[in-house]
Parts: sequence; C-alpha cells; structure tokens
Amino acid sequence: MSRTKPATDPLIAQLRTLLPGSCIVADPVSMKPYECDGLSGYRQMPRVVVLPESVEQVQGVLKICQQTGTPIVPRGAGTSLSGGAMPHKNGVVLSLARFNKILNIDAENRTARVQAGVRNLQISDAVQALGLYYAPDPSSQIACTIGGNVAENAGGVHCLKYGLTVHNILQVKMVNLSGELISIGSTALDSPGYDLLALMMGSEGMLGIVVEVLVRLLPRPKVARVLMAAFDDIEKAGSAVASVIAAGVIPGGFEMMDRAAIQASEDFAQAGYPTDAAAILLCELDGTEDDVIAQVTKVEKLLASAGAVSISLASDEQQRVRFWSGRKNAFPAMGRISPDYYCMDGTIPRRELGNVLTLISRMSEKYGLRVANVFHAGDGNLHPLILYDANQSDEFEKAEAFGAEILDLCVAVGGTITGEHGVGVEKIDRMCVQFDEYSLSQFLAVRQAFDPDGLLNPDKAVPTLARCAEFNAMHVHHGELPHPELERF
Amino acid sequence: MSCQASEIASTVKQAYTTRTPLNITAAGTKSFLGQQSDSGKPLDMTGHCGIIEYDPAELVMVARAGTPLRDIERALAEHRQMLGFEPPFVDTGATLGGAVAAGLSGPRRAYAGAVRDFVLGASFVNGKGETAVAGGKVMKNVAGFDLFRPMAGSMGTLGVILKVALRLLPLPEVEKTLLHEETDELAALRKMNRWPLETQAISATSWDGLHIRIRLSGSASGIEHARSLIGGDYITATNYWRELNNFRLDFFQQTGRLWRISLAPMSEPLGLDPRQLLDWGGAQRWLKSDEPAATIRERASQLGGHAECYERDSSVATFHPLEGNLLAVNQRLKAAFDPAGILNRGRLLI
Repeated sequence: MSRTKPATDPLIAQLRTLLPGSCIVADPVSMKPYECDGLSGYRQMPRVVVLPESVEQVQGVLKICQQTGTPIVPRGAGTSLSGGAMPHKNGVVLSLARFNKILNIDAENRTARVQAGVRNLQISDAVQALGLYYAPDPSSQIACTIGGNVAENAGGVHCLKYGLTVHNILQVKMVNLSGELISIGSTALDSPGYDLLALMMGSEGMLGIVVEVLVRLLPRPKVARVLMAAFDDIEKAGSAVASVIAAGVIPGGFEMMDRAAIQASEDFAQAGYPTDAAAILLCELDGTEDDVIAQVTKVEKLLASAGAVSISLASDEQQRVRFWSGRKNAFPAMGRISPDYYCMDGTIPRRELGNVLTLISRMSEKYGLRVANVFHAGDGNLHPLILYDANQSDEFEKAEAFGAEILDLCVAVGGTITGEHGVGVEKIDRMCVQFDEYSLSQFLAVRQAFDPDGLLNPDKAVPTLARCAEFNAMHVHHGELPHPELERF
Repeated sequence: MSCQASEIASTVKQAYTTRTPLNITAAGTKSFLGQQSDSGKPLDMTGHCGIIEYDPAELVMVARAGTPLRDIERALAEHRQMLGFEPPFVDTGATLGGAVAAGLSGPRRAYAGAVRDFVLGASFVNGKGETAVAGGKVMKNVAGFDLFRPMAGSMGTLGVILKVALRLLPLPEVEKTLLHEETDELAALRKMNRWPLETQAISATSWDGLHIRIRLSGSASGIEHARSLIGGDYITATNYWRELNNFRLDFFQQTGRLWRISLAPMSEPLGLDPRQLLDWGGAQRWLKSDEPAATIRERASQLGGHAECYERDSSVATFHPLEGNLLAVNQRLKAAFDPAGILNRGRLLI
C-alpha cells in the first residue's frame, strides 16, 4: 500500500506535539484493524489513528483538525453494522477506547456516570450487586461502547418495554469541532433550552465527540419467564404478536424467527427450537412474581387462540437462557451455513409483516440468494440476513441490491430504512428514498449549526442534495421515484 | 384559521418573506409559559385537526396538531389505551400540537416517560415555510437526525408542528392510590425512591408535607402485592392526580408565584419556602414562593437542576436562563430551523 510516510505527514507531526507516542497509530500494519467496523464489506485505511486519554487531548485533536481542515471519524468499539466508524481516507480516526472508566455510581438516584468508551455490558455488571442494570441491550453489548450507543441510539431486545438509548440517558458531555466541551442534559429529568440530548442520540458522530455519559439505571425485574410458541404459518405468528399487544400486554422481549433462522440457530446453539416450525415467537414477561404469573396465563391463551401449534414455558432459568441462546446466536449461526451474510435493519408497522416477508421471499428467488429472518417482533424491527459468498463474483453486489430493495419496501409500507443500526455509509443513498428535499435540507442545516466545516464523520448518515439528485437520476423509473404513491409519513 | 397544511405553509412562507413574527396558538391552555411577542400575528392551529391513523395493535397514533387531546383520549379509551405522558389541561381543551410544543408531562413521567419519549415522528413547517418530516410512525427509527423529539418543549420556536406520531400505552387494568403518613421530607424522598426497587406497579408519587401518595397501576394481583410491600391505605378520591396535573389542588391556590423545580429525585431538600409539593418521586418539586427569582434559580442550579416560573408575570422569565456555549448552541439550532426568527419569537430563548 503506497501511503505518505508517517514521518513526513505534517498533520501527524502536529499531533505528536499534543499526544504522547503511545496515543498515535500511524503505521499501516497497526492501523489495519481500524480500516473497517462491523460492516466489513466497506474498507478504507485512515491517515492516522489517535487514542487520546483525556478530554483536553480530545479538545486539542479537534482544534488541530479544524485548523487543518482534517475530517474526524470517531470510533468506539467499531461494532457498527452500517459503516458509521469507517475511516475517511484523509482523516483522523479518533478512538475513545481509553475512555474506559466508570466515574461514579449513584445508587440513590439510580444513575451511573461513565466515560464514552465504557462497554455497554460493563455498566450492568458494575451495578448488579445493587439490583440495577442498564436496559438497552444491543446484541453487541459485550463489546460495544456507550459512546457508540449514543451515536447510534442503540436498541436491543428489550426496547419495547424499557426504551432505546434515548430513553435511558440523562446527560452527555461532548466536544464540538472547535474543541469546546459542552454539557447537554443534567442529573434532572429535563433541562432548559432545546432537547439537545435527543438530538445527540443517533447523530452518528456528526454533531460532536461524546466523552462522558450519565445513564439511568433500572431495577432488575424480580422475575422473568419466557414462552416459546411455534407456528406452521408465519402470518399467524404475526397476528399472534398483534393480538398480544392489542390485549394490553407489553412483553419485556418479543422476538420472531422464521424457518431458515430457526434451523440455523438450532444447529448452532441447540436451544430446543422446533425445526419443523414455519416461525417461532419468544415472549419474555417480567416484573413481580404475581404479575408475571397472571401475564403468562393471559399470553398463553392469546397465543393458542392465534393458532400456535405448540407453546412451551421455560421451566427454569437454565431453560430460559437456552431459549434465548438460539436467538442471540442467530447471527453467528449464519456464519456456519453461509460464507458471508448481510444483515438488514428495516422497521415496519407490525401489520405489514406477512406481506413484507412474502415479498422478501420473492426477492430471494429473484436474486438467487437465501435469506433468513429474525425480527424484534414487538417493535416491528426486521433483520433479514441475506446469505452470500463474497468469493463468488457479483454475489456481494447482488446482496447489496437485494438489501436495498428490502429497504425500499420498508419505506413503502410506512416504515424506515434503519431501526437501530444507523445509516452510516451503507444506507446513505436510501435516505434519498425515505426523505424529501426539504427534510434533508433541514437535517443539513442542523448539521451545519454544529459543524459548519463539515469535518465530523463526513459523507455519512445524511446525504447532500447533490448526491440525492444523482441517485434519483439513476433510479427514476418512467419519471417517478420508487413508490411514488407514498405520502412520506 | 388555517385548516390545510398547505395554507399553513404558505402563511409561514409569506411571514418569512415579510419578516413578520407569528404567534402560534390553539386552545391557549399553556399561555402562561414563556413570553409572547407583542408584535406577533396569531397563527391559529385549531382548524388543522383530526386523527389520521390509529391501529390499536400497533400502539401508534398519528394525528394533526390541532386535534384536542380530549378527542384523542376518547378514541384511545375505546381500545383501553392511553397517552403515556399524561398531559395536563385535557379537559380545558389542550391540543396535541400544544402538548408537544410545551412538553409538559404529568405525574406518570418519572415512571413511564415524558412527551419526548413518546413522540415517534413529526412533520412541521420550518421558519422558511418549508414542510419537513423527521422520524416516522414506527417504534424504532434512526434514519436522519432526531428532529422530532426536540419539538417537545420547543415552545413552537423550531417549527409549526403539523402532525405527530405517538407511541401509546395500554390502560392499566386497575389503578389505585395509597396514602402513607410521613412528615419528614428526607424520609419521604427515601421511601419514594426505594419502593420502585420492589415493584413495577408504581405510576406516580407525591409528598405534600404530611402524606406520601403512591399510585399503583397494573393487574389486581400485582397491585395487591405492591400494597403488601409498601403498606398504607387506599384513598377513595379518584381525581387526585388529575387535580395535581391541572394545578387545581388546594396547594396551588395559595398566594405566591408557582415555581417548578426539576432536579435529581434524591437531591437534598430545597430549604426554600416550606410551601412545596413533591412530585415524580422528588424529581419535580412545586414551590409557592415570593422569594426573589434569583434566589430560587441559584438554589436549583446549585443542586444541578433548574427552576421555571409558571406565572403570567412579566418581571420573571419562565425558563431558566442558559449560559455560555450551551446558549450559543441553542441559538444556532434555532437559526437552523427559523433563520429570520419569526416563529414564537422570544417564547423559549430570550
């Protein structure tokens, strides 16, 4: 790889005046792990990687970048599935890996103050003895950092009942492009001025670099029981979800898997799933003992009348964990049945589930690629996993085209191109399908209010109008955008 | 009165061209919040009303901004659902747009979430007369910046809200309130914040100097279980929380300015005027006081919180002043939505 030698790059020389050598990675071999994130199909070597150890150092790095017009790509654990942490070829990767301390736990107010690089699960582990936990639980929670969770507004299995990142954060300290430290939110439930805290959630590193977060902690539910219901028809499973919600039950977790996902997960994790079922639902009910018993009875009846062919209640904690292990290992399970997989992340109104899955299976035939579906059924967040082989010429391109068609369909039925993985580099063109020109202009104006130079994580999340014009010119059919009948929300 | 979204957009566009300030109005139930511009031309939103979409199994409703909350609550009650943030002034005509713009949440807030937590998406006319959308009508959505939750509490200064999609909650099967004697403020705070560790059934707590009131919501058996843990007697008055939410309790009829202090729930007692009512487990403290605004605001700031004055009193600003780089960011955000500063000028940021 021919690159500017680190020693002669004036930017790196300037960074060396600010940071000790141990905080700078500039040789190609050591930078290699930073060339991509969880979306490994997209790769780009950065100009340099910095790992600051203090807020002052982050401020210094940003000032240097602003002065020199250098793009900055913030990075937590690099688990993004949308290329949110993919480097910029002329840019600095700013890793928050060394911001890994839990600063304070306030048991009385049930909050924890943590640095941005603290791992999601680390927080729950640290407060377990207090009977508390941090609720949002993205599947990468062993590795992903809270700063990354803020950037993506991360979700997980339990968000229908316990909320997304945005519902569980009280305060964020961030450094803006000029190097100023800004404190957004407070220890109170609300703060004066605009709700900048909400705006920061899911902003994909484009508004500032998060260095510290105050999270809300919830009491651990006393009891959690999980029901597994099998269906011989996926539409029946979809209707069962609707009937449980309509009956006033909000499960702690409510997941669906289709046959392909069941079979792969069962082979991988031996979770005890019925491999002949067309779909299974996992429904977790939590709370106090009395409440959970009452809810289990109610949900069992609802599932039965919705046509479940079998319903089993995990008899103990061990079986509960086993039931979940299949779902939680669904992604790695795909790795066993296919050399590569491409995970999509649309959200749809739940009533569209049957229709959408039927259309996805038709697309699967059209593209000649297998697909397995796992679904956060409670909140309508669909994860089709497109199976392909990157070593076969054109299979990655086919998988991308297949994925894009799924996302356009999600928009067409009133949903969105991304529920929890973010837009990143991956879905930036799909933004032109979901949003019109005025909405995109408003996003760009907000971005400019925080980053007038456009240096924070550029070319991600929000497309320029010029980019959309080009995209639309290529994708217009007979003079119309895809799904012209839509009122876009 | 404008009924069509397109009429509203063209009104704003014209106001932008002529730099005419607009005062966005509907039922006027929250006109005590923030200063209205004297020169502003009224933009009445009550004609832009109606529920657009409601499918109970989705737990989602989409409605136009001028829709009275009363109509929304009635439609939801038919399917045993509700607005989780328990907005005030429903029975005096408050509208959805006003509820979102003002961002006031009722007693359930500390347990179920605030207005902003239930907003899934919104369309609005910005200060240039352009209609934009953010978010959508599904539970999880991270496409584009979150410009819809910040509409909550923006006092109409970022855009004229046209329609809002809301996440809903099921109505609890049973709701009852327990009365628990307690005269010590610290002890009351400790109890209100310890009980939620034992049960998920708590949906509101208040302390008035003599008694803690605890609202329990859930199944009959769940509530009985919670009562066995907490103790206390059920009260028969069913409208206590509604009266609290609408400032109709006797407490609010006392003389003195009404202050809302927002802070971490276990913050030490304010030690200001003894006429106070603790809500949200102590995270929202209502104060009746004639002490100088500066004294009250300083004390709230010292505890990491902020103080709002809920009076039509031109000598005292409603909202806690912002300072330094935070003020600058707020002003830049306002300008990104409303570059000419015509929407509800001065109502949120002075």
